[in-house]
Amino acid sequence: MSTYDQFFWLIYPYLMLTLFVVGHIYRYNTDTFGWSAKSSEFLEMSRLRWGSLLFHWGIIFVFFGHVAGILVPKGFYEAVGITEEMYHFGAVWFGGAAGVATAVGALLLLYRRSTVSRIRINSQKRDFLVLILLSVVIITGFTNTVGYTASGGAFDYRETIGPWFRGILTFTPDVELVTSAPIGFQIHIFSALFLFGIWPFTRLVHMWSLPLEYLNRNYIVYRRMQGKKLTNR
Amino acid sequence: MNIKAQFGMVMNLDKCIGCHTCSVTCNNTWTNRPGAEYMWWNNVETKPGIGYPKEWENQDERKGGWVLKDGELELRAGKRTNKLLNIFYNPDVTPIDDYYEPWTYDYETLIESPEKQHQPVARPKSQLTGDYMEIEWGPNWEDDLAGVHETGWRDPNMRGLEEEVKFQFEQTFMMYLPRICEHCINPPCVASCPSGAIYKRDEDGIVLVDQDACRSWRFCMTGCPYKKVYFNWRTHKAEKCTFCFPRIEVGQPTICSETCVGRLRYIGIVFYDLDKVEEAASVTDEKDLYQAHLDLFLDPHDPKVVEEARKAGYADDWIEAAQRSPIYKLAVEQKIALPLHPEYRTMPMVWYVPPLSPIMDSFGNGVDGIHPQMIFPAIDDMRIPIQYLANLFTAGDTEVIRSVLKKMVVMRSYMRSVQLGRQPDQNLLKQIDMTEETLREMYELAAIAKYSDRYVIPSSHREHADNMFLGQGTAGYDFMEGCSDCAVNPNMTDSYQFGEAYWGDIGGRTSNDL
Repeated sequence: MSTYDQFFWLIYPYLMLTLFVVGHIYRYNTDTFGWSAKSSEFLEMSRLRWGSLLFHWGIIFVFFGHVAGILVPKGFYEAVGITEEMYHFGAVWFGGAAGVATAVGALLLLYRRSTVSRIRINSQKRDFLVLILLSVVIITGFTNTVGYTASGGAFDYRETIGPWFRGILTFTPDVELVTSAPIGFQIHIFSALFLFGIWPFTRLVHMWSLPLEYLNRNYIVYRRMQGKKLTNR
Repeated sequence: MNIKAQFGMVMNLDKCIGCHTCSVTCNNTWTNRPGAEYMWWNNVETKPGIGYPKEWENQDERKGGWVLKDGELELRAGKRTNKLLNIFYNPDVTPIDDYYEPWTYDYETLIESPEKQHQPVARPKSQLTGDYMEIEWGPNWEDDLAGVHETGWRDPNMRGLEEEVKFQFEQTFMMYLPRICEHCINPPCVASCPSGAIYKRDEDGIVLVDQDACRSWRFCMTGCPYKKVYFNWRTHKAEKCTFCFPRIEVGQPTICSETCVGRLRYIGIVFYDLDKVEEAASVTDEKDLYQAHLDLFLDPHDPKVVEEARKAGYADDWIEAAQRSPIYKLAVEQKIALPLHPEYRTMPMVWYVPPLSPIMDSFGNGVDGIHPQMIFPAIDDMRIPIQYLANLFTAGDTEVIRSVLKKMVVMRSYMRSVQLGRQPDQNLLKQIDMTEETLREMYELAAIAKYSDRYVIPSSHREHADNMFLGQGTAGYDFMEGCSDCAVNPNMTDSYQFGEAYWGDIGGRTSNDL
């Protein structure tokens, strides 16, 4: 294991994940005002439509795909009787479809942000950074699934990247597992971790504000001067 | 009974001259900032016209307000699940171009232009992009009916008037409609906000946006049928009229009211029963909504109501203010103020006295010169069609408009008799169901319009908002040693031992013993 490997697959991931956790706490406590989805729909609607819809719905499916492929161990599927073929069929077709939607969506959003002048001028650098980084992560991820695995690549991420990432999360990291991963996978991991690192300082924080509590809330919200929240009806 | 106090405003349109002073002072006070330049929390529209933003009243398009679905009150734009499913792209947003693209002028060329044959011109520059732009629409674009021959028919209040009205010079009509946030009793913007960032203040009903809780989901803009929640394109947050709460809390009128040269605005509080709101907003026939709204208001002179208000924690100065409230007088006692678009089921709290207008034909020289017996037939010949006013203020019920206009005309006729020492026509009074006393009060409020009668604003009881004693010494310089040494409770720990409850528990005399 070289110093290079140790940095990229051990130190760097923990650095980025620490930034992710601590950064969120810091941002929420110091910049509540900036914590929002930063919607630009008010300035431009028609181009946002397909970009935003494809991207957001796509990424939700992509997220669950990663849970299924990375967080859930391969042994679990074998135990419940899901064969390698069934898994790969799902990963390639459903994952591929979600990947296409997400990639097209992200590129549409990037195109919109760079070409519609009222959006471009009112963007911060970090808005572009997020979109570019997302595009890199999504496109490498998509080519890994469809271009490599589906066309018969010998590298099985479920036996390497999966256990490595679970090891990182459980503080039992095994760097050897990923050192031999194809470069496409390595770029995907590296850029995704970078995205996690900058996440708390960008508009991506809006993900944590998905207002599910709205479903059970009374329609009309009342507040008293004491700052106590009162709801009636 | 769940009694609540609510601030309200009445605007007497009969006195509005469309000078826009209210809009300008509001803008200077609140929205003179980047991202907010396009916002006019107070704007004055010339009606008929499509208004600001374009066609805000066309709810088929704008999807604002409430509707009855199977007898249940529901947001027109869709319920909770629908909102969450549309959270990535809200198809019903009113984009900035429907308000107008804000601009400034390239003033520098006026100063720096070299000597030329022609005067230099300051060209308009977009405040969104900084590019030169062509101005095709702007704030108050339709001032005094400008362009009404094109836009007039797109005014939703014109339905049912196609035969009657011609948008040709000398054959048309107009009126001014100053608009602010309605601070509704049943606010759909509050209901639309998935984050719970918009709220109604429990003690006075003012509707505000918590800027730190707004997450830019933009459903409030769709939810408000008056299109009075705005989106700051710079901060990506919702903003709206605050009813100038910092002024109101210290007993001053809002800046739009304070600066109104026509002195046509009135501010006061009313008590209403919160438990009955949902039922009132859900009446089947839209034309019953005005009456249902009136029935929500509680009589502040009723000893039972006073007792309930005290129990609910309202101080005596608030109860007294409710009894002197010009809003209660104009809306409930005189019944000449009407809500704007009651059919949105929002229970709005900015009401309007509809304007009188010149009489079209056959009656000669205007309202005041008419023989008392001819007054009532003349109402229907006023230049502003009754139906138009009804579409604005009573969900199409022309009878209510007629009754209000009659009262206004009779009040003039009555006061004319009084001034000239003639015997007032008691028959007229009977027909409008008003006593001489209320008629006199109506006159005082409309024509004399004393500052202290127009604005009956009880100060907020901030002193009860928190335990002030506890806060002592906790704020001050945060450099050097600060003030914490002399603070009563520097660590802001449990407040129990600083409160009356603790004092009572150890045998001290509390306010309950007095």
